[in-house]
Amino acid sequence: MAAVPSSLEPVKLGSGYNTPWWAHAIKWGLLALVLAAGLFVVQKLVANGSWFGVVITAFILTCVLAVYSTRRAVPMKYLLPGLVLLVTLQIWPIVYTVATAFTNYGQGHVLSKEDATAQSIAQSVKEVEGSERYKLSIAVPEGSDVATGDLVFLLTGADGKMQVGTKDGLTELSADGVEKTDTGKITKAPGYTILNAKEANSRSADLEAFAVPVSTSAGIKAVGLSGAFQGAPTLTYDKAADTLTDTVSKEVYSPQNAYWATADGKRLPTGWKENVGSRNFSDLLTNPTIRAGFFKIFLWNVAFAALSVASTFLLGMLLALLFNDEKMKGKGLYRSLLILPYAIPGFVTALVWASMFNQEFGLVNSLTHLNIDWLGNAWAAKAAILIANLWLGFPYMFLVCTGALQSIPGDVKEAAKIDGANAFRTLRSIIMPLLLVAVGPLLIASFAFNFNNFSLIYLLTQGGPFATDNTSIGSTDLLITYAFRLAFSGASPNIGLASAVCIFIFFIVAAMSYSGFRRTKSLEEVN
Amino acid sequence: MSNVTDAAAIAIPEGRTATAKSPRAAGSGQWWRHALGVIALLWALFPIVFLVSAALNPAGSLQTSSLIPSGSSLANFRTLFGDSSRPYVDWYKNSMIIATVGSLGSVFIGACAAYAFSRMRFAGRRPGLLALLLLQMFPAMLTFPALYLTFAKVGDIVPALGLNSIWALILCYLGGAMGANVWLLKGYFDTVPKELDEAAKVDGASHARIFFTMTLRLVMPILVTVFMLSFVGLFSEFLLASIFLQDVNSQTLGVGLYSMSIGNEKNRLFGQFASGALLASLPVVLLYLGFQRFLIGGMTQGSVK
Repeated sequence: MAAVPSSLEPVKLGSGYNTPWWAHAIKWGLLALVLAAGLFVVQKLVANGSWFGVVITAFILTCVLAVYSTRRAVPMKYLLPGLVLLVTLQIWPIVYTVATAFTNYGQGHVLSKEDATAQSIAQSVKEVEGSERYKLSIAVPEGSDVATGDLVFLLTGADGKMQVGTKDGLTELSADGVEKTDTGKITKAPGYTILNAKEANSRSADLEAFAVPVSTSAGIKAVGLSGAFQGAPTLTYDKAADTLTDTVSKEVYSPQNAYWATADGKRLPTGWKENVGSRNFSDLLTNPTIRAGFFKIFLWNVAFAALSVASTFLLGMLLALLFNDEKMKGKGLYRSLLILPYAIPGFVTALVWASMFNQEFGLVNSLTHLNIDWLGNAWAAKAAILIANLWLGFPYMFLVCTGALQSIPGDVKEAAKIDGANAFRTLRSIIMPLLLVAVGPLLIASFAFNFNNFSLIYLLTQGGPFATDNTSIGSTDLLITYAFRLAFSGASPNIGLASAVCIFIFFIVAAMSYSGFRRTKSLEEVN
Repeated sequence: MSNVTDAAAIAIPEGRTATAKSPRAAGSGQWWRHALGVIALLWALFPIVFLVSAALNPAGSLQTSSLIPSGSSLANFRTLFGDSSRPYVDWYKNSMIIATVGSLGSVFIGACAAYAFSRMRFAGRRPGLLALLLLQMFPAMLTFPALYLTFAKVGDIVPALGLNSIWALILCYLGGAMGANVWLLKGYFDTVPKELDEAAKVDGASHARIFFTMTLRLVMPILVTVFMLSFVGLFSEFLLASIFLQDVNSQTLGVGLYSMSIGNEKNRLFGQFASGALLASLPVVLLYLGFQRFLIGGMTQGSVK
């Protein structure tokens, strides 16, 4: 959005207003604060080596400086904060979701192929036969933080020889000032801070990755917190053939479905992230098990949204008609009390209804003397959700219908009466059409909202109950709760497939909103 | 449950004849309206009554909870505040910070953008407005996989803005702030006469001075509406909050109360849960009752435009 100097650029005719000094101070103070924060982030990014982030942050900072430190680009001064957030937190996630939908990102597929291969090789390290065992003390160089400093291994060999192992290799440790236990474990060494068990434990991830190189293929690794051995990986990577070979069992692993696997199906645990093209999408549409569930969910999703809108609108409208009588007393009190269900936060409503639908102790069964397993039976759970949503949503419809009814001019009704229309006819031919014109777009908006009503379903039933033979698809699942479960729970989270489901929802919601916009126009023309 | 069907079934035939009987003398023909109104109230209020009596129930479990309280005590509230493994006060604080800061930021960003779109003419103004309208078709909530992955990475570099940080969550909510409200706000900004701006400009006021000291005051009603709508929305948001906030101390009321109501202990903890839920409802209920007018106006305007 190229900013052109606006017509609002002050043409100073009078001298009535001088920008006070504190306004300048606030402006430059804020600018300095933003710059400082930005530079802090840049420094962190550089330390981390993520140059992509550095470029983005530097670009944003430059924009901020260019826009706010000059007198030009006035509209941009007002648009920039929103624009930056919009691009980084709404447009970028959309792009990233689309990109992820074409990958197999998920449990066991988080690393790049290079990292996954390196990890597989590192995990295959075995003790070299006949090599020596060391007593180990884990330390950091004196003066550095025990939680972040470079790890150092203080090693005592079987013959009592002491060595210092760093990530660069082994060096001798002179005996001056060194204290050892009877077993030979070093407890004090000048120049190093030895970690206690708790501190060492908290760095277990670093320890896992740390090895003191002793030759090109072998290294000294820790076993537990007080021992170390010299080991060498049993897997070797052949770059030309793109295979991993186990030097002990002579098995050859080649890439299959983003895992290293042998011809007879033996697989290494670490997989990698790779591009799977449109496989996630085609799975949703053609894989028989996924497809059946996906369509079942889709149908219920549409039915849920449509029935919710219909039931809340009907009840809301009837109540609005009931209270739409000028002569009735106490309407204000009724209204204030009737909107209470809408004022309760959604999560409270869903959780309270979930307790009320409890089969053994719930209020619903005890009031009606029924014994329905509301949340355990597929159809009862659907009914329970619709009932809870009716309670939650009717006040909104009641309010908007009341507003719409009050805005219908009295002379229209009077004209109908003069023409001899009875009350029912007036309602059907005059009031209803005018009401629908006013609230039509709201009904569409409400449909779109309920289509993705994640918190109600998730908090009430978690998408369940689940069939015993298929635990991935619940009978009250919406597409969005299904995607959520795919991405974050279940046996093997699959964010790639979840993103593909999200993109389906995108298109459905976009189609609905588009028709909503179109309909708004056509409805307005009716008026 | 019985109240549902009653209200609906009786209201359908009677509601339609409502206008037929209205010409009767004032007062005498109203009793049936009140009768139906009371039934509607029963339907609307019985879960709330249940919640209140469960919160006051001295025994505090789901088994012993009923519509009419068997006694009243504040024992549940004491357990609620004394439970160190479920830091309710922290949850409350987090929810309030997220909803307040998030909606203040959202109002400010929206108001700035609306001012530019309403008062200035610049290249890209019309396409920009249309693009914002178009973007609203793609709910930000649906990008949760990407937001999760992005913030997991950001958290590795700047821990203060990673998962488990309420500030990162607020940033996420602010991403949609400009698009969500700019049309509603711009519509209201347009109703403020431009002549006022021009008069101030002639007097030598800068654009910033006009915006902060004049325009913002004139559009205050819509700012209040937008603030409350987004406060209510953020206070109740669950999806992103549950993904982001996994550490028990950084959770919001929604995530925390949910964790209290699942699992094996849910029946035993019910009284504690009910008292927490009751207190959690207070801010939004008070906002609604206090500012009904603003909200109703905002709801209708917001969706029609």
